[in-house]
Amino acid sequence: MSWVFKMAWRDSRSNRKKLFLYLAAIIVGVAAQVAISSFRENLNDSINEQSKELLGADLEVEKNDPFHEELEIYLDSLGGERSDALSFTSMAFFPKSGTTRLSQITALEGDFPYYGELKTEPQSAAKTFQNTSGALVDEPILLQFGLQPGDSVKIGLVTYEIAGALQEIPGQPVAASFFGPRIYIPKTNIEATGLLQRGSQLEYITYIKYPDGTDPILVEQTLDIMNDSVRFGYDDVAERKEEVGEAILYLSNFLNLIGFIALLLGGIGVASSIFVYVRQKISTVAVLRCVGASSNQAMNIFLIQAVFMGFIGSALGALIGSLIQLYLPVLVQDFVPVDIELTISWSSILIGIVTGVSISLIFALFPLLAVRKISPLFTLRSVDINLSKLLNWITRFSLFGLIAVSVIGYAWYMLGNFLAALFFTLGLTFCLALLAGIAFLIMKGAKKLNPKALGYEFRQGLANLYRPNNQTSTLLLTFGLGVTLISSLYLTQDMLLGTINFDNGEDLPNLALYDIQYDQNDGVNKIILDNGMELRQNVPIVTMRLQSINDTTVAEFMADSSRKPRRWALNREYRSTYRDSLISTENIESGTFIGIVENFETLVPISVSTDLMQDLNAQVGDTIVWDVQGIPISSYISSTRAVNWQTPQPNFFVVFPTGVLESAPQFFATTLNTPSREASLDLQQKIVQAYPNVSAIDIGQVLETVRDFIDKITFVIQFIGLFSIITGLIVLAGSAATSRFQRIREAVLLRTLGAKKNQVIKIQVIEYVFLGVMAALTGLTLSVGASALLGYFYFDIDFVPNFTILAIESLILIALVLIIGLLNTRGVHTRPPLEILRDQAA
Amino acid sequence: MNHILKLNKLNRQFKSGDKILTVVNNISFEMEEGISCAIVGPSGSGKTTLLGLSAGLDQPTSGEVVLNNINLNPLTEDQRAEVRNKHVGFVFQTFQLVPTLTAVENVMVPLELRGEASNKVRERALELLNEVGLGERSHHYPTQLSGGEQQRVAVARAFINNPKILFADEPTGNLDSETGEHIENLIFDLNRKEGTTLVLVTHDLELAEKCDRVIKLKNGEVDSDVFKSEEVTA
Repeated sequence: MSWVFKMAWRDSRSNRKKLFLYLAAIIVGVAAQVAISSFRENLNDSINEQSKELLGADLEVEKNDPFHEELEIYLDSLGGERSDALSFTSMAFFPKSGTTRLSQITALEGDFPYYGELKTEPQSAAKTFQNTSGALVDEPILLQFGLQPGDSVKIGLVTYEIAGALQEIPGQPVAASFFGPRIYIPKTNIEATGLLQRGSQLEYITYIKYPDGTDPILVEQTLDIMNDSVRFGYDDVAERKEEVGEAILYLSNFLNLIGFIALLLGGIGVASSIFVYVRQKISTVAVLRCVGASSNQAMNIFLIQAVFMGFIGSALGALIGSLIQLYLPVLVQDFVPVDIELTISWSSILIGIVTGVSISLIFALFPLLAVRKISPLFTLRSVDINLSKLLNWITRFSLFGLIAVSVIGYAWYMLGNFLAALFFTLGLTFCLALLAGIAFLIMKGAKKLNPKALGYEFRQGLANLYRPNNQTSTLLLTFGLGVTLISSLYLTQDMLLGTINFDNGEDLPNLALYDIQYDQNDGVNKIILDNGMELRQNVPIVTMRLQSINDTTVAEFMADSSRKPRRWALNREYRSTYRDSLISTENIESGTFIGIVENFETLVPISVSTDLMQDLNAQVGDTIVWDVQGIPISSYISSTRAVNWQTPQPNFFVVFPTGVLESAPQFFATTLNTPSREASLDLQQKIVQAYPNVSAIDIGQVLETVRDFIDKITFVIQFIGLFSIITGLIVLAGSAATSRFQRIREAVLLRTLGAKKNQVIKIQVIEYVFLGVMAALTGLTLSVGASALLGYFYFDIDFVPNFTILAIESLILIALVLIIGLLNTRGVHTRPPLEILRDQAA
Repeated sequence: MNHILKLNKLNRQFKSGDKILTVVNNISFEMEEGISCAIVGPSGSGKTTLLGLSAGLDQPTSGEVVLNNINLNPLTEDQRAEVRNKHVGFVFQTFQLVPTLTAVENVMVPLELRGEASNKVRERALELLNEVGLGERSHHYPTQLSGGEQQRVAVARAFINNPKILFADEPTGNLDSETGEHIENLIFDLNRKEGTTLVLVTHDLELAEKCDRVIKLKNGEVDSDVFKSEEVTA
């Protein structure tokens, strides 16, 4: 065995440069793996260490109404410390900058958080704001509006001094502020803001810190029982930790699989480089066999080299991965609710190295087993043999089986779900089989259809696609798969953004005003009209609750465990409107829409959205009694409407006809189209100053925020996906480099025979452009398929491919393939042919 | 006299499309230990195939090869490799050095494969390289040596395991006449000195004349088998 090691070492001396590209493929693959799994481990450790800070308390109870007495009594009986908060959205007005912003307000009373701390600047503000009637305002909004502690913010009717900039809230990721800045104010005298009136969506929250000796499981069981009769939400530390842990696990599993694809591409690169490498070694193996080396000894020389290179590549990859890991928190810190503490994860490094070496070994087995079959007779006769044909079908089948089992095994370990791992492997196999099939067809097609009528350069370039040492299969497989992956990410991102892209197509409103009280409606409308803008909609909203359906009361439904209507649909507070006609976002699905009634002593005909019909398990003609703020109104379902909810107009589950609710207590929502962003901000400021309780949703700004949010998430995914593209490029470069000598010989021969520089370049350009076009087309077509499937099965969106993205991607990919191809024969055109041949032979 | 090589009714056929091509047809002969024998014949007469079969590099379609009293037929490829390593040396027309090994390392391979102590093997390899006149170039790679020098390294490698029999396939075919002659002398000298049996395939009748026995092949059969002292017609 020692001779085999010695021989492996000696043989590798002059080949190390050639093997570098093989190394590079493994380096990138392992780096992706190690970076992601180290990061996951650090994240998990951080979650475990900061588990109590995820909630800031031992228990959080929340409800949309004031707590029921029974619940209050129980919470009081727990003892310990308690903080109460009231949370709602409202417009905040910043007088210094003259700006307004819909914000998430939390009115707090008590010492929450009990674990972790509110991080503020100055830090003392977190402790003092409740006593000094100050406000803590999200730091980014202060920076955006050029504000500082000491300036003021007006919420409702009350102006607060900004006591500090809010930097961190325990358990809340920075992303929580994407949809509106967070502002903390004292709960005392909250009524003075005038925001607690009817129509406001309030959330009552209580935080509890248990006294010593409290059994959290017992508390959970008691709340569980209580929750059956009194509806409320609650979370304790264990539950929150589990929720956060699960979310992180899904994210990191997903990223890990994307990274694993990079490693698999690296594996294909390894197989391809070792194939070419071993092909160059056939005569060496034949000589060694001649002088007495056994088939195993011959194979082991290259096996040792493959494993050693795999180890070096994996170790370097692990090192780079550990460094990249330092960058990952910057990418995802906004989305995770804990401070990520970075340490070196030795277990991730070990797993990365083992995976890298295993992948190198498993993929190298194909060419290496063929080495055993190289006959010593090849010393006497130079034979052009196809290594892969030296293996019989049982060996090939076993090797494919081994790869499949390894991939399933790894994916299973990664996902913790066998079926998901199986589908992942099947999907991957399908993609690879399709790519391999297309590569085969291209080679066959190029051979059969090579048109004689075309010029020499074209025919020669096309012939390069199918002759020995061609790069068609390798390139299609590795690059195609990388392209499929990255392009799917882009297209899916585009598909998701497309669903919220309101500003294409019809002229939709870009500003929505909510919570306009009955007596404020005319005033608000006047401000809008005085500013030269038109009202698009001015919709009355009446709050109501369900009392009974077909004479069965909600309480009776709730008591029945086999009930069909869903709990949320029975219990929720409905915000309904009344009007005499349909609007553009709705269509009648069944029944007849009745817009006007004159007498509501009889049953009132209402129109219900189709999704609510399902959740209520209702039919057209069913009768419903509504509790409209104490007054029962009997109705029947006269029609059902399909509603397009993905538009900025106010849409409703239930629409009443005119003539019924006009005198009920109500408030209004108004939509309008502002000519510019400045006009919109100006109008919001005027309305909020006059009517502080009115909330404005600036749809342009919401869109921007959502885009920002999706961009940030997709960047993280694309960052990991980039590893696949890099591996694809490395494998492509490797595959090009391994055929460099042959290409150069041909180029030199052509030059010797009188070919001009341009002709030689043209042949290469034709070959690589063709390869690039085919790889791009195949990869992109697969990605369109994958995105359409994702859209159909996962997001429930009809996918329409964005051809601009596809065209840009195609051009970039073709250019990349061409550049790598041309770099491969660099230097051939400027130096004398003999000099190049001597260099290469050495 | 002992026979180092016995061929008995040796046949080798190849499939070429639908046809069966008989390259070696019913050849039998015995080779005495220590002699030199040339196998000659026109291109395509089966010389190299016969050499390959005799050295255990290939399996006959039928017939028997006995090398140093070992019947090669029932042996596996690895067992035949062991026989080659212990008893056989090779010199090829295209030198067949391992391009990634230095001259001395190339010469060392057969003994290293046996697991012999590295220092002794290196000493012996350097000794042989000195004998072929390449002592100064032992650390050069094949690409840094001329054709003649590469063949000298190959000759040194062929003799390092003290083979009972040396097979040479057109050993001077790729060399100019002066260098070729030098290699011929080297092989014959070492052959005499080590008492090795020499079997060489050649087109070069002058070279064949230097051997104790000349077997001439034609269409895969022995056309003539001439010893220096007598002539036997097959």
